[in-house]
Amino acid sequence: MGHAFYIYTAYGLTTLIVAALVAWTWLDGRARQRELAALDAAGIRRRSARSPGETKA
Amino acid sequence: MTALLLRDLKLSVRAGGGALIGVLFFMTVVAVIPFGVGPDLNLLSRIGPAIVWIGALLAVLLGLDRLFQAERDDGSLDLMLMHENPLVLTVLVKCLAHWLATCLPLVIASPLLGLFMNMSEAAIGAVMLTLLVGSPALTFIGAAGAAVAVALPRGGLLVSILVLPLAIPVLIFGVSASYAAVEDPAPFLPPFLILIAITLFFAVIGPLAAAVALRHASD
Amino acid sequence: MSDNSLAITKLSDLANPTRFLALAARLIPWLACLTAVAFAVGLYLSFTTEGDYQQGETVRIMYVHVPAAWLSMMCYTVMAVSAIGTLVWRHPLADVSARCAAPLGAAFTLIALITGSLWGKPMWGTWWVWDARLTSVFILFLMYLGLIALNRSMDDPSKAARVGAVLILVGFVNIPIIKFSVEWWNTLHQPASVIRMDGPTIDAEFLRPLLVMAVAFTLLFFTLHIAAMRNEIWRRRVNAQRRLAARMAGREQ
Repeated sequence: MGHAFYIYTAYGLTTLIVAALVAWTWLDGRARQRELAALDAAGIRRRSARSPGETKA
Repeated sequence: MTALLLRDLKLSVRAGGGALIGVLFFMTVVAVIPFGVGPDLNLLSRIGPAIVWIGALLAVLLGLDRLFQAERDDGSLDLMLMHENPLVLTVLVKCLAHWLATCLPLVIASPLLGLFMNMSEAAIGAVMLTLLVGSPALTFIGAAGAAVAVALPRGGLLVSILVLPLAIPVLIFGVSASYAAVEDPAPFLPPFLILIAITLFFAVIGPLAAAVALRHASD
Repeated sequence: MSDNSLAITKLSDLANPTRFLALAARLIPWLACLTAVAFAVGLYLSFTTEGDYQQGETVRIMYVHVPAAWLSMMCYTVMAVSAIGTLVWRHPLADVSARCAAPLGAAFTLIALITGSLWGKPMWGTWWVWDARLTSVFILFLMYLGLIALNRSMDDPSKAARVGAVLILVGFVNIPIIKFSVEWWNTLHQPASVIRMDGPTIDAEFLRPLLVMAVAFTLLFFTLHIAAMRNEIWRRRVNAQRRLAARMAGREQ
């Protein structure tokens, strides 16, 4: 009877949360790429002499 | 090791009265409950064991974040890390000292609060016994949280949040053993034995995790 | 760099973030497409199959609820494996992986809780039942949030990862105990009138959309996880380079 309401709410909220996750990941990636590009434009690059495994640095 | 035990005991009894504040907090929490649920003695005696247990749980967590903090502040933590004794053993001794200084007073104070809660003698005895057996588990699992707190700028509240979910089994079996002592059909021994098992299990996991966390938090 | 040098033969090769970034760049579009296809098929199936004779149309909620619940557990397992990687092998990507999995796990656990509650309202008549399974998922959610808070409160990411890894492992060891104790507690307290969680055995009719949706959700998780890891690596590079730039600027003066 009124079950449709619950079903659509469930799917709607799931979509909302998943969309938020995807958007957050996507926008975060875009922002980081822009920052890297800005640094690159400013002439600050990763020196090849430095070991590439410097995640912590 | 005995020297460390005695030193820790002395410090917690003397300086700032950390042990006393724990008991005080415990009594205040339990005393506040009747104002929330009303002075109905029947209701109070029914929920009494649970209230005393929750109060004790919160009181233990309250004092935990100081377990390694003082050592870190005065630098003796580094000495412990460099000492030839295994760090796990040191942590275990510190946990014991902490338990003697802060949890044992709670256990001793619990019958008094049981009277306030209109609990029967059997229930009071059961709560005291389960607290005696279960509170070491809280200290051990809390030690892991306290070791993490050392790395945090101000860790106190966060440690409670991280440790509380892990302490749920202790609470469940402590309270159900206390209830089993009063209510007839439920057997007392199975939850009580499981509580002992959990305590022993945490006595291994807690200091081990705390030692690993301390090693990693210091460098 | 030639393509050849980027080939990943061992897990330890992944320790090189540059190589991981190259792999991620190649993998993410494919994974995203696969996820989209799987979701399209899964959603089509879950809305076209027949309703259950007992649960009625609400069985469709299960097609998102069960995969989300499954992911909430798998995500914690991924975090635990990463934690071992951090502590034992000091794998530089492991801490990135654990850190990025936590928000994803929290989100999927939240989905499982919300959809479970929405299923419970028409079936049980209440939004929330202190059922063993619901309660343990709720505790899992709290653990995720605590770990996220821990990660956020430390400024040194590698230290946060190592300390957090200890807690993740302690939690992982504890999850079976929590599950067991909650079940014990539940049988003690729960009135017998509440309907059992496990309904009739699953029919093949429902199994098909369920499986497709489970695959879709799992693919979604891995896509997001790899993307989030890539973001985290970029973020650390930006930070490192900014620090380097500041140091160089200080030297020039």
